[in-house]
Amino acid sequence: MSSHAAEAAPHGHTHRDDVGSKMGMWLFLFTELILFGGMFIVYAVYRYMHQAEFHLAATELDRLVGTVNTIVLLTSSLTVAMSITAIQEGKKSLAMFLVGMTLVLALAFLVNKYFEWDHKFTVGLYPGSPELVNKPQGVVLYFGLYYVMTGLHALHVIIGMVVLAVMMGFIRTGTIHKGSYVRLEAGALYWHLVDIIWIFLFPLFYLLH
Amino acid sequence: MAIASAVPVSVEPDFYHTKTKYKGILGWIFTTDHKRIGILYLVTMLVFFFTAATLGVLMRLEMLTPGRTFVDAQTYNTFFTLHGIMMIFLFIIPGLPAVFGNFLMPIMIGAKDVFFPRLNLLSWWLFLFGGIFALVSVFLPGGAADTGWTFYVPYSVRTSTNVIPALSAAFILGFSSILTGLNFITTIHRMRAPGMTWFRMPLFVWSLYSTAWIQVLATPIIGITLLLIAIERWFGVGIFDPTLGGDPVLYQHLFWIYSHPAVYIMILPGLGVVSEILPVFARRTIFGYKFIAFSSLAIAFVGSLVWAHHMFTVGMSNTGMFVFSFLTFLVSIPSAIKVFNWIATLYKGSIEISAPLLFILSFIIQFCIGGFTGLILGTLAINIHVQDTYFVVGHFHYVMFGGTGFGLFAALHYWYPKMFGKMYKQAPAYISWFLATVGFNLLYFPMFVLGYEGMPRRYYDYLPEFQTVHQIATVGSWILYAGIVVMFVNLVVSLWRGEKATANPWGGETLEWKVPSPPPLENFDEIPVVTTGPYDYSKYEKAAQEVK
Ligand code: HEM
Repeated sequence: MSSHAAEAAPHGHTHRDDVGSKMGMWLFLFTELILFGGMFIVYAVYRYMHQAEFHLAATELDRLVGTVNTIVLLTSSLTVAMSITAIQEGKKSLAMFLVGMTLVLALAFLVNKYFEWDHKFTVGLYPGSPELVNKPQGVVLYFGLYYVMTGLHALHVIIGMVVLAVMMGFIRTGTIHKGSYVRLEAGALYWHLVDIIWIFLFPLFYLLH
Repeated sequence: MAIASAVPVSVEPDFYHTKTKYKGILGWIFTTDHKRIGILYLVTMLVFFFTAATLGVLMRLEMLTPGRTFVDAQTYNTFFTLHGIMMIFLFIIPGLPAVFGNFLMPIMIGAKDVFFPRLNLLSWWLFLFGGIFALVSVFLPGGAADTGWTFYVPYSVRTSTNVIPALSAAFILGFSSILTGLNFITTIHRMRAPGMTWFRMPLFVWSLYSTAWIQVLATPIIGITLLLIAIERWFGVGIFDPTLGGDPVLYQHLFWIYSHPAVYIMILPGLGVVSEILPVFARRTIFGYKFIAFSSLAIAFVGSLVWAHHMFTVGMSNTGMFVFSFLTFLVSIPSAIKVFNWIATLYKGSIEISAPLLFILSFIIQFCIGGFTGLILGTLAINIHVQDTYFVVGHFHYVMFGGTGFGLFAALHYWYPKMFGKMYKQAPAYISWFLATVGFNLLYFPMFVLGYEGMPRRYYDYLPEFQTVHQIATVGSWILYAGIVVMFVNLVVSLWRGEKATANPWGGETLEWKVPSPPPLENFDEIPVVTTGPYDYSKYEKAAQEVK
């Protein structure tokens, strides 16, 4: 990267370095990945310790709901990527529409998630419930991890939605435009991260049984 | 560092006197200037340091006599917990990078600020909030946390004290640390002045760079681990609690996967400070520049793989123990490379004694003692014997305090004229160095003896036969504290009484000495063009040769 050092020298307020900005974003994404990585380690260890019970517990999850949510989230990644192409071509309202679509899909994901959790609660599968406490320890751990990991993921979906909503505002006010869209790219990168984490959560919780 | 076009004498006012968007205190707490943020960190960090150091001295006071001296066991537990949390997360981790890194790194690489100035301010705010959380946890009903700074499960899930505020404090501080690291990496990659190639960077910058990577890559693990404990306490989700099937040893692994690399976050910038200050007062080009630079990276890398040496007694396979012990020995190699290079730098130098150099010399000796005792601890057979004794307490204070802490004192005395534009009084600085060094060794060296004889750590009571040695250590803590007080009184008084400092009082060759003291808002009137390496003392070396 040293060859960029010269051009990166700042010049007061006019200083702009999109490569650097994106580099910062990537570093941040690393930290997010490692954050979830910690939980994946916990998952791996407990799965290794309680294989049969993890299998058993996984049958309680609804594959259909999971699959629908996976499709919804993947589509939202597509729309947000398309919004960048749109802004590159200067199509402001199309870009806003696509970011809006992403938000709608994200909301659909959360609503779906809500009903899924709600169902689990009504059948008594929640931390500390009398139902769950009497189950084998592996099952307790499985559901503990299920709530924590999908919960934290849902939190990231919400954060991502806020970020994208702000980006939509920026497109509206013209802060993000054809000549300068690194913010939108950063927001989209974050959204892809949310997506990628789900891509790992989905098979680990829904498919492996 | 020779610069192609000599930097013209600045006519700009210094950054303290430049008009800011907001007035007074607001001009500080909403500033995005890296220098002001550095000073903000300095002030807040010192407040926490004094609080924690006072707690340390109080603990030592309690150990003056066996049994209860003036606090009960529970209070003692909260003392060492709070002392540990504050010293680690509020003093030593942010100490050098956030204070001196912020103030100096952009200047050292010839930039006007860090890459993300607003993020930088956010980091400081998070730091402040984290500190406030830690302090508030003491006064909330329930009582201060008493788990030790390590928050080991299952105790941290069961105790009725305020663990969650303390955890949140550590979590927020971790976030702050990540943002600083991210900012520094990007800055160092993208904002170096023309001609400032990687191998012309000052070694302090190299050490910050390695540190920043650890901050970014290791901190999230502690973030998630502490979050998991909080969730476990809040919602009763079973994760680490053995009654719910969890595995407490897994917690320890995750904790140390961060916290061991974190000790290199603590020490690397200290090592960088030594490499920075030593050549200036030896008037010698640093010996083995590339070795020092790469050994930082090597320490950062190998250091990430040794975490389980904190856990030799919890139950691990023999292979695991062997591997972790071996890797632990391996880290000592890059550390030793640095020490050898420093010694070689001093050799045949024209050494000029000064307050910063004295602190550095104490650093090197104390760091060696800390390092060697680390090797003793890394030896499996001995580890079983001294695990969780005062030997460990002695060891880590030697490295963290005798090393990084003294490095920070050295940095303070070295860069003080640059940061404040004033020069402190020399005599009190020497006295404070003397008191601190004597007190320090009197305080911590006896701990090796105690530990070897079986005195466990984190106890407020002890067997009568340990009393003499404990009392020596307690007296040491008073001398050390006196030294620290003298030092800070001197530095604070000199803010008003001190003489005006010149741009380059020590004869340093790095870029920060080419700008006025204190620097103007944008550091450089014109971005410098760099043509040589950072410690070019060849003219002195030639002169020294001729004298012979
Ligand atoms: C005035 C200076 C200091 C004094 C008098 C002091 C004294 C002590 C004492 C008496 C203990 C408790 C030993 C035990 O009962 O197990 C302790 C623990 C500790 N100290 Fe210090 N210390 C000082 C400075 C520092 C510094 C500068 C650091 C870090 C950089 C530090 C980090 C720690 C840590 C991490 C612990 C372990 C806490 C725990 O067990 O959870 N201390 N210190």
